[in-house]
Amino acid sequence: MLLNGKAFKFGNDINTDYIISGKYKFKTLDMKELARHVMEDLDPHFYEKISEGDMIVAGSNFGCGSSREQAPLAIIYAGVGCVLASSFARIFYRNAINTGLPVIECDTSKIEEGDLLQVNLEKGIVLNKSKNREIPITPLPQVMLKILSDGGLIKHFQKYGDFKFD
Amino acid sequence: MGKTMAEKIFSQHSGEDARAGDLVIARLDFIMGQDGTAPLAINSFNEMGGEKVFDPSRVAFVIDHSAPSPNEGVSSLHKLMREFALKQGILLYDIGHGVCHQLIPEQGHVLPGDLVIGADSHTCTYGALNVFSTGVGSTDLAAGIISGKLWFKVPETIKFLCKGVLPPGVLSKDLILYLIGDIGADGATYLAAEYCGEAISAMDVEERFTIANMAIEMGAKAGLMEFDEKVNKWVAGRAKRPLRPVFADPDAKYVEIRQYDVSQLEPQIACPHTVDNVSPVGQVEGLPIQQAVIGTCTNGRINDLKIAARILAGKKISPGVRLIVAPSSRQVFLEAMNEGIIQILVEAGAAIVTPGCGPCVGTHNGVPSDGEVVLSTANRNFKGRMGNSRASIYLASPATVAASAVAGRIADPRPFFL
Repeated sequence: MLLNGKAFKFGNDINTDYIISGKYKFKTLDMKELARHVMEDLDPHFYEKISEGDMIVAGSNFGCGSSREQAPLAIIYAGVGCVLASSFARIFYRNAINTGLPVIECDTSKIEEGDLLQVNLEKGIVLNKSKNREIPITPLPQVMLKILSDGGLIKHFQKYGDFKFD
Repeated sequence: MGKTMAEKIFSQHSGEDARAGDLVIARLDFIMGQDGTAPLAINSFNEMGGEKVFDPSRVAFVIDHSAPSPNEGVSSLHKLMREFALKQGILLYDIGHGVCHQLIPEQGHVLPGDLVIGADSHTCTYGALNVFSTGVGSTDLAAGIISGKLWFKVPETIKFLCKGVLPPGVLSKDLILYLIGDIGADGATYLAAEYCGEAISAMDVEERFTIANMAIEMGAKAGLMEFDEKVNKWVAGRAKRPLRPVFADPDAKYVEIRQYDVSQLEPQIACPHTVDNVSPVGQVEGLPIQQAVIGTCTNGRINDLKIAARILAGKKISPGVRLIVAPSSRQVFLEAMNEGIIQILVEAGAAIVTPGCGPCVGTHNGVPSDGEVVLSTANRNFKGRMGNSRASIYLASPATVAASAVAGRIADPRPFFL
């Protein structure tokens, strides 16, 4: 799977309240509506600025805080193609895979705002086309790769009716 | 090679010789969802083709985050939860019962040695009872309530060995804030934490919940504590199943053992906008506050309200301050009434709100205004957490919050404990 998009940079410890504020998430299950508010407290115009497939690029501990699955879902419904971070908080990481959002753990320190990126999940490489530089990806555990390749845990269960990793 | 508490619980629940790093599919003893996560889990349940919950007596939904409902959007999600609970016969704790992380242990649903998931990041709270409990998202929750199982990567463990006894006026909240400040918000990511030592043993179970509750704020998957006579006594009378406590082996392998002497610890404050931005109270003393909050799954228990009452008895809160108190459960509320604590708090000027999450998550019960400073006993101070990104949230113990509500500014509570 090849993903192409432009980098939107964020810092360390981007928590799930920043990704989608509690004041919105309790009100509705309409993810398209929630998506309009994604990252709003950090950048009120983020939703309008991004194009389909663009990428969130962050530092360490991305997605820390609450267990809200609305966080990866709001990112997906906003049209973001994937999230790259030097590390992820555990619950967000699971939720992202479960909902089918590719999360890429790699060294993001040399990526700048607006860089054009291409992610090759099979090869485990991010190509920074603007800087002509390759960045290796920390491989996903097999179980997560299986869930992601099934299209998320819902589709995995639709297919197998249970956990099936053999 | 010996095992950590986490390795033992995963071994017992997977039927395998589970070691850190192993991927296991493990049986779940209890599963919890709340009104911020359960509605989405119901959607996932339906999409997955779920028909029946694996065991209705082992699944609870709690309506606590925006309860009673502040608007029609929330109301419709609450209704969805009630209908699902009725249809499936699962436990439902509706508005006013309290915060999930007080209710679930209080009602005896989680017991030493259990493996528990909750669709709420602070599910790690039950670690104080020697339970491996961890927060998950809605889809993992749905998979859990369909199958009674979930896959896990058995975590490595980091041990926090806390020696000495906390000085008067310094509470378990101060200790966990200090530990988070020391190790950082991602210092224990992907790890299970074990909190032990003389300082933890000296605490009662209620105080221990405060520490386990905030394990997630250092990134930990769970925050486990040893089973002892205090835990045994606390769960006696609540337990509906046999206890299967686990003990770490003396030769268990830890990724790190960190040692602390708590006997000189000062009251701690987490400053905006991250929980690991922690200072001793002296460094922020004197900062005017507009809102004080006592409650939440971190510090809304009876011992917390007692401490607040001890400070507020016969006093009035500062005219410029609003004090909001949310008892963590109906039972706590009743106990506080019977003991005259509610009387003291209300006479001091507190506004008591429904047992539940209170204003912690920014949906109701006290959203701060632009530029305001809030001092809260909650566990998160992220920008916008309480519903306004232009307010600043500081976190502290119930003693510090009560003392500050009286002073009108951030104050050291220790003079009240001389």
